[in-house]
Amino acid sequence: MTKQGTPKIELIGVKKSFGNNHVLNGVDLVVPEGKSMVIIGGSGTGKSVTLKCILGLLSPDEGSIKIDGEEVVELSPQGRDDLMRKFGMLFQGGALFDSLKIWENVAFGLIQGRGMDRKEAREIAVKKITAVGLQEAVADLYPAELSGGMQKRVGLARAVAASPEIIFFDEPTTGLDPIMADVINKLIVEQVQELGATGLSITHDMGSVRTIADYVAMIHEGKIVWTGPVEELDSSGNEYVEQFIHGRAEGPITRRVA
Amino acid sequence: MFIGRAIYHSFTAPFFPAQLWRQLVDIGYYSLPVVGMTALFTGMVLALQSYTGFTRFNAEGAIAGVVVLSVTRELAPVLAGLMVAGRVGASIAAEIGTMRVTEQIDALTTLSVNPFKYLIAPRLIAATLTLPILVFIGDIIGVYGGYVVSIYSLGFSPGSYLSQTWDVVETMDVVSGLIKAGVFGFIVAMMGCYHGFNSGRGAQGVGAATTNAVVSSSILILIFNYLLTQVFFS
Repeated sequence: MTKQGTPKIELIGVKKSFGNNHVLNGVDLVVPEGKSMVIIGGSGTGKSVTLKCILGLLSPDEGSIKIDGEEVVELSPQGRDDLMRKFGMLFQGGALFDSLKIWENVAFGLIQGRGMDRKEAREIAVKKITAVGLQEAVADLYPAELSGGMQKRVGLARAVAASPEIIFFDEPTTGLDPIMADVINKLIVEQVQELGATGLSITHDMGSVRTIADYVAMIHEGKIVWTGPVEELDSSGNEYVEQFIHGRAEGPITRRVA
Repeated sequence: MFIGRAIYHSFTAPFFPAQLWRQLVDIGYYSLPVVGMTALFTGMVLALQSYTGFTRFNAEGAIAGVVVLSVTRELAPVLAGLMVAGRVGASIAAEIGTMRVTEQIDALTTLSVNPFKYLIAPRLIAATLTLPILVFIGDIIGVYGGYVVSIYSLGFSPGSYLSQTWDVVETMDVVSGLIKAGVFGFIVAMMGCYHGFNSGRGAQGVGAATTNAVVSSSILILIFNYLLTQVFFS
């Protein structure tokens, strides 16, 4: 539980470069506990790298990342393993384990990460599978036997299976038709609210933003250029946000097409 | 750095026995046919070639000794290592490389499971343990191959062939081959895991990881074979 007023996630001046490619140029971001923050921005602006830095999958070159007020950048491997118990994540491509059945995928963190009995973990997994709108029979199939939308649902079930405090969603609706995208967005809201979790999503999809977000942050060239409540998105007065949400080619965000 | 982490996580809890068992079966049991066939035909051709050469010096009696020493000291461990590098090293690199590009390795981390403990340690332990067993079986099959050719094709007496084999072979000949096999198993698994874990993006990245795993492990096997032979027998 977070101390009163302490943000659940806080990034201060986070920088990350790959050679001469400076992807993050001092990201500052605050995500309050129990709220859903969505980071928007074009491809290659640093959304995924920000997420991976918070998760410890990448180490930032500079800056501070705090979870529940505690610095996590230089965490020991054991400390990182313990911290990961607070997280759930829905990956863009699902990232389901091909060799495992659907229920084993959903229960993976419970069995392998927390040492839960397989029978008990299966019961929880089946509940989560049905909670995301899939039939119980799906539990014994393999990921390759499911459509893209079904795989996203399984990915969501896996992300929430261990009742995490923080859930990340990486492009949750990419590659889905508009109806399935709306179904996934609503499931995300439902599951996050049910757990009372803090959400952090990255997306290009404005439909997702308006359904999922409590707060929105706009990232451009590795910096947060605007942040505020979703209700203020249309009246932000920020030229980057204006251009992005209306999908205009003209504006301060320029794209090199080479 | 990678090797140090891999070894450290192979000896520290938590362990994943189900994963280890799966790898023991995949790497050990399923490699048995290819190692067995290689050893059998190597022993057979060795007897034939030795006979061709040794008859010129009336030294046919040395064939049994040449077969058993060549097989146990060199051919069984090196050829088994190379065959396993092709079969297992490539498969490890392709599997882990695909997991890397499809974010399955990142998913393991977010599910509080250390990829070094879950993916790499079981493969490393299984390959290091099973290759000596495979080579020991290969030794027996290789010697049997030489025996079959010598008895049924070259007209040797079974009793004298076997007694010559026993007279020549010493414990160290077999043990040195088994130690080599353990080292080769470690090399194959380590190269497969390293190249898969650091695989580049897309199909091309996984393809390159697979090729690099096989080529680097094959070359390292040949280099370490020389170094170990010098340590054991010089």
